[in-house]
Amino acid sequence: MNFQAIQGEGWLLCKAEQLINWGRSRSPWPFPYGTACCGIELMCALASGYDMARFGAERVAFTPRQCDVLIEAGTITKKMVPVLKRIYDQMAEPKWVIAVGACACTGGVFRTYSTQQGIGSIIPVDIYIPGCPPRPEGILYALLKLIDKIEADHPLYKKRQQVVEALEAGK
Amino acid sequence: MSLMDRIKDCLGTDLIEISEFRGDVCVEIPKNRVIEAMTSLKEKGGFDFLSDVFGVDNIDLYAAKAKKAKKKKKGEEEEEEPKKQGPPPPRFEVIYLLLSLKTNERLQVRVRVPEDSMDVPSVTGIWKAATWPEREAFDMYGFKFKGHPNLRRLLMWDEFKDHPLRKDYPLEGKGEERHLNYDTV
Repeated sequence: MNFQAIQGEGWLLCKAEQLINWGRSRSPWPFPYGTACCGIELMCALASGYDMARFGAERVAFTPRQCDVLIEAGTITKKMVPVLKRIYDQMAEPKWVIAVGACACTGGVFRTYSTQQGIGSIIPVDIYIPGCPPRPEGILYALLKLIDKIEADHPLYKKRQQVVEALEAGK
Repeated sequence: MSLMDRIKDCLGTDLIEISEFRGDVCVEIPKNRVIEAMTSLKEKGGFDFLSDVFGVDNIDLYAAKAKKAKKKKKGEEEEEEPKKQGPPPPRFEVIYLLLSLKTNERLQVRVRVPEDSMDVPSVTGIWKAATWPEREAFDMYGFKFKGHPNLRRLLMWDEFKDHPLRKDYPLEGKGEERHLNYDTV
């Protein structure tokens, strides 16, 4: 990580964006949305053998309002689409989505009338993990990739852009 | 007294056809006598447990048979006598799987259902366990179970129009989608 700061006795000088990213990337609390066999692998990745908590995914939030990363592990049927969308809408910003496994990415082998062909058409996805199901290492790797993505983010700049755009639209 | 004899006794004139294949007995009963025949099977025959209710769509089977018959006719050899010409067989079947918990015997009961009248008497009054399987059969094939207390879709969502396990329904669907609508939810 490229965290650069000048520090002395009792003070630290760094960019605010760096500090925000440092906090966000070290606490990506997951929302485990396990709907199929990928959910079992996700449980394994969360449990002590692989221990996702090592990378800051410490507290598994079973409420969408108190989590940062929606880990969608499993098949999404078309009947379930509104549920997933609503849970994503309930999550507070900033939020990220990991699609675990072939079903979540593309619908997998279930190319049928009842299966949503990938969750990318419902909610924005940050990381896709292939595999049927992917191993826990794959899920950990995705989490590390997501942490890289969070660290490369510019939250304040983005916020400024949003404000500028809103002001211009208001004119 | 063997199982087949007992069932013949039980059903009497309601029996259309009875057959046995590797120890599994299968009977066919007329659609308008479902309640009477099932009550008799439960009370006299001892089949006190309903395992499952489901449907069959025979559209492809009949089409294949007709094609085969046509092919045979085209060939010059005419060994077989020409098939009886009659109305086409009903497209659907409802199948009830019964079990006797006392004697551990199983029975398959078939009811033929033509496409133009999908009404079938509901057996929920006889076995309470029929409620969900009948809902599923309605969802997947469109049978209208008369007398069912709550005949809604079981697997697909309520706005879904078709009956997806019918053979003429495409595997990948007809593009049905479900969206989150905050105005109505």
